[in-house]
Amino acid sequence: MTDDAWFAGLAPGDVAGAAAAVRDGRADTPRDWPALAVDAGFADSETDYYAALREATLTATREAVTERERADDVQLSHAVRATDDLERTANELAERLAEWAGSQFADAGSGVEYAREVAARDPETPTEDRIVSLATRVVDLADERDRARVYVERRAPEVAPNLTTLAGPVLAARLIALAGGLEPLAKMPSGTVQVLGAEDALFAHLQGRAPSPKHGIIFTHEYVRGTRPADRGSAARAVAGKLAIAARIDHYSGELRPEVERDLDERMETIRAREGSE
Amino acid sequence: MSLPDGVAVHEFEGGEGLATQGPPVYGEPTDGPWRRWNPHRSKLGATFELGLDTGLAGGDRVLYLGAASGTTASHVADFAGPTYAVEFAPRPARDLLDVAEARETLFPLLKDARRPETYAHVVESSLDAIVQDVATRGQARVACVNRQFLGPDGRLVAAIKARSEDVTREPADVFADVLAELESEYRVLETARLEPFHADHLAVVAEPR
Repeated sequence: MTDDAWFAGLAPGDVAGAAAAVRDGRADTPRDWPALAVDAGFADSETDYYAALREATLTATREAVTERERADDVQLSHAVRATDDLERTANELAERLAEWAGSQFADAGSGVEYAREVAARDPETPTEDRIVSLATRVVDLADERDRARVYVERRAPEVAPNLTTLAGPVLAARLIALAGGLEPLAKMPSGTVQVLGAEDALFAHLQGRAPSPKHGIIFTHEYVRGTRPADRGSAARAVAGKLAIAARIDHYSGELRPEVERDLDERMETIRAREGSE
Repeated sequence: MSLPDGVAVHEFEGGEGLATQGPPVYGEPTDGPWRRWNPHRSKLGATFELGLDTGLAGGDRVLYLGAASGTTASHVADFAGPTYAVEFAPRPARDLLDVAEARETLFPLLKDARRPETYAHVVESSLDAIVQDVATRGQARVACVNRQFLGPDGRLVAAIKARSEDVTREPADVFADVLAELESEYRVLETARLEPFHADHLAVVAEPR
């Protein structure tokens, strides 16, 4: 029986069909496929079989890799990381620029705004050429950061509508990036979501050197950061729980379910009410 | 050191080292047809370097689990026969594809080594060896569920990473548990810690029961 072989029913030379069979097929047990393929007339010889298998696996794996890498959650992860890199790089270069420009121009300043002022100048010496040119790079980086952020803000609701509703586009994208994709995020227990981005603190805790971290990147959520420290653990737990549920809905159904946000709002009202009761 | 045909200790500029013959992959030193096999970048390379008797032979049919970007899989395909390289993550698999393109019988598969039913329709039975280097929890289980691909005289050559099982436990305790679980499907022939090449890794050579 060769019904479940990847080459079952394939005409020799049908590379697309072979690749699809490699990707989607399955079998309960492996068999001596090379010999069976020769018996079945799919290949003239074992060498011939391996040549066909090579083409099929290369094509199938290239297709699968491309598909997975192009997936929207992967693009969103790249975009949010690029936003962070652009921000960091722009600020770093802006500092260098401020020092250098301060040695040449009277109107010293700092940051990207100062870079914009310097970039608008007419350079009059070779030194000023370099300084103004550097300022232009800083401005370009900052502008690109803004465009990357707009991209994240536009794409996050498409990739993960419920997560974006609860967390905002940037935090949603960061959570997806830290988890390694929407599917891995959807499969995480909420306790893991709660400390995503706090891996160093978590490992220190697991090795007995530190208390358990209360929150990772979700600290940037208004419901965590804006809650008084004594209640932040509860807030982080509540937020992480709802974010985990939102990610699951996004991965498995993709429909927007406003009640998740309402549930979180109600829970947070209860937590924050403690403040007044003491 | 017992090396398979096709693997040799070769004299390179700057000292001698393990080597195979094949197209270069990661900027490793070459000398004529020989390319250096860096044991610091390859757990199987370190296993050879430490002198374990892996039972691997030139021309073997191999299932490689956890091929990653193909650094080690490329050396295996150089000395072995048909080599099925399973990798789960798309990014390293992209590099693995380039390594496979340059070779005749290295078959890349984007599959999950914990689910052999998703590649048993492609990977043949009665293989000579499984080489395993999967950085996931449940490494013993991966070896056990893939035993079905091995012939009766086959060999499992695995690198077990303690940190993948549990970062908080003593590696020695983790290894003891992994070996105990392996014993349900395999007879363990030889083990060795891979220090100084790889921290908290155990090389395991085993045969199917």
